[in-house]
Amino acid sequence: MSESKTLAEEVCEFGESRRDFLKKTAAIGAGAIAFEFIDVDETFAEVPEYVTNPPADAMAVKLNVNGAEKSVQIDTRTSLLDTLREHLDLTGSKKGCDHGQCGACTVIIDGRRQLSCLTLAVMCDGKKVTTIEGLANGDKLHPIQQAFLDHDGFQCGYCTPGQICSAIAMLNEARNGDASQVTQNLSVKAANLKLSDDEIRERMSGNLCRCGAYPNIVDAIKEVHNK
Amino acid sequence: MKPFTFSRATNQTEAIKLLQANGKFIAGGTNIVDLMKEGVEKPSQLVDIQRLPISTIQANKSGGVSLGALAKNSDTANHPLIRSKYPLLTQAILAGASGQIRNMATNGGNLLQRTRCVYFYDLAMPCNKREAGSGCGALEGLNKNHAILGWSDTCVATFPSDMSVALAALDAKVKVLGKDGKERMIDFVNFHRLPEKDATKDNNLNAGDLITSIELPKTGLPTKSHYLKIRNRASYAFALVSVAVIYEWKGNMIMNPRIALGGVAHKPWRAFEAEKFLAGKTATEENFKQAAEIALKDAKALSQNAYKITLAKRAIVRVLKMANGKG
Repeated sequence: MSESKTLAEEVCEFGESRRDFLKKTAAIGAGAIAFEFIDVDETFAEVPEYVTNPPADAMAVKLNVNGAEKSVQIDTRTSLLDTLREHLDLTGSKKGCDHGQCGACTVIIDGRRQLSCLTLAVMCDGKKVTTIEGLANGDKLHPIQQAFLDHDGFQCGYCTPGQICSAIAMLNEARNGDASQVTQNLSVKAANLKLSDDEIRERMSGNLCRCGAYPNIVDAIKEVHNK
Repeated sequence: MKPFTFSRATNQTEAIKLLQANGKFIAGGTNIVDLMKEGVEKPSQLVDIQRLPISTIQANKSGGVSLGALAKNSDTANHPLIRSKYPLLTQAILAGASGQIRNMATNGGNLLQRTRCVYFYDLAMPCNKREAGSGCGALEGLNKNHAILGWSDTCVATFPSDMSVALAALDAKVKVLGKDGKERMIDFVNFHRLPEKDATKDNNLNAGDLITSIELPKTGLPTKSHYLKIRNRASYAFALVSVAVIYEWKGNMIMNPRIALGGVAHKPWRAFEAEKFLAGKTATEENFKQAAEIALKDAKALSQNAYKITLAKRAIVRVLKMANGKG
């Protein structure tokens, strides 16, 4: 009992990575029955071999992630998403489709929202990457993060890191006066565009939410946009 | 994904020199990385051209605008010169993909995307585009999204780009640097090709060619234009049918009209005969309907896509009205 209490406390504090949490949940038998049949150490192995022992033709890549200079020796085939998740232990960015169709892997590269699943890490040498982990200032959440909480902008939460990174960069695009498909007056570019609900929906169309939290996502973004 | 070597080029000369026989250039990567994951593209080498100094958008000598091959789609759509003088291009670019993908995709790469035909992507299926001589799965298979114009028994795939439909209507030219170091210009309407007996080639580039810019001609004023895209959902989907239309407006008459269709053929499809019919005509629904009939008179449906012929005709009438401010 005391053991599970500790676990609950850890989870509440977000002091543990999701993987460690799953591992412990499984280990103490508090998880689903399915875990009994899984070799926990194998399933949630700490560091994959390709990380500890990169192939001979691996390349060195230096990139700035959330303000910290990172240097990895990496197989040329590795996507930025896998680099973040498997090599740099930043599992906030999510792998949904891995084919550029869902937006769950959206990160901000050199100030612009992009898909980390369709980006090779070797293409990012010298670039600045911001992930969901790099948005809060200590305990103070980014306004978009707070708004997603306040408006219930998610259900399962899997698409949320991508939605949030996308929304932050999207609002910058609107501030810059960038048009979308539904913008009325294309021929004149004016800064600080006021976005309608239709505009927000169109601009966020690259981020799918299978739970269908769209109305609340629009509300969350609108609140920050109107501030 | 097959292993490949990766090299970075800093200028055009270096890029064409570095490229090996089975190598590919990579810039935005949005299409080729996906195709490499699927095993459809298997280059043994990638040459990263992101650092080449060909990403500017500026006025060109002929009074038009030069689009650097490496300018991002989103920067191109939102450049003040494009939004004010070529809103048709802005509309077409913004109708494609998502905000994230437009931030990654380059102008040169947009022209070089491959078809989204499901048989092209599915290695277990025959596809003459992926593997010459293996057959065409779509010809008698799932072909509701496929071509109604210019197809052959070899390939019934469509070309997916929205931007290219507008570029075809704008009579753009593509500037290319050859492996021999010589530059040449290709008219946009001749850049992409029809499948005929060889579907493996989407366009008329030679091996090792590097696109350096897209040149837009001077616009006649006052010009009316519109891009209409019809698809299964309101955003982030490929076109079933799209139409780009642009014409000059002189004394209530349509002058120099250009109509290009997307989603209907192996290349952006210019409706030259319909354009000829509309030149010098007034903007009436009757004229638009006749133009639409002429544009689709050679269309041939596959087993599942006869709807596209009707859809394309109606889209042409509607986009002509929209361009005229009466949509």
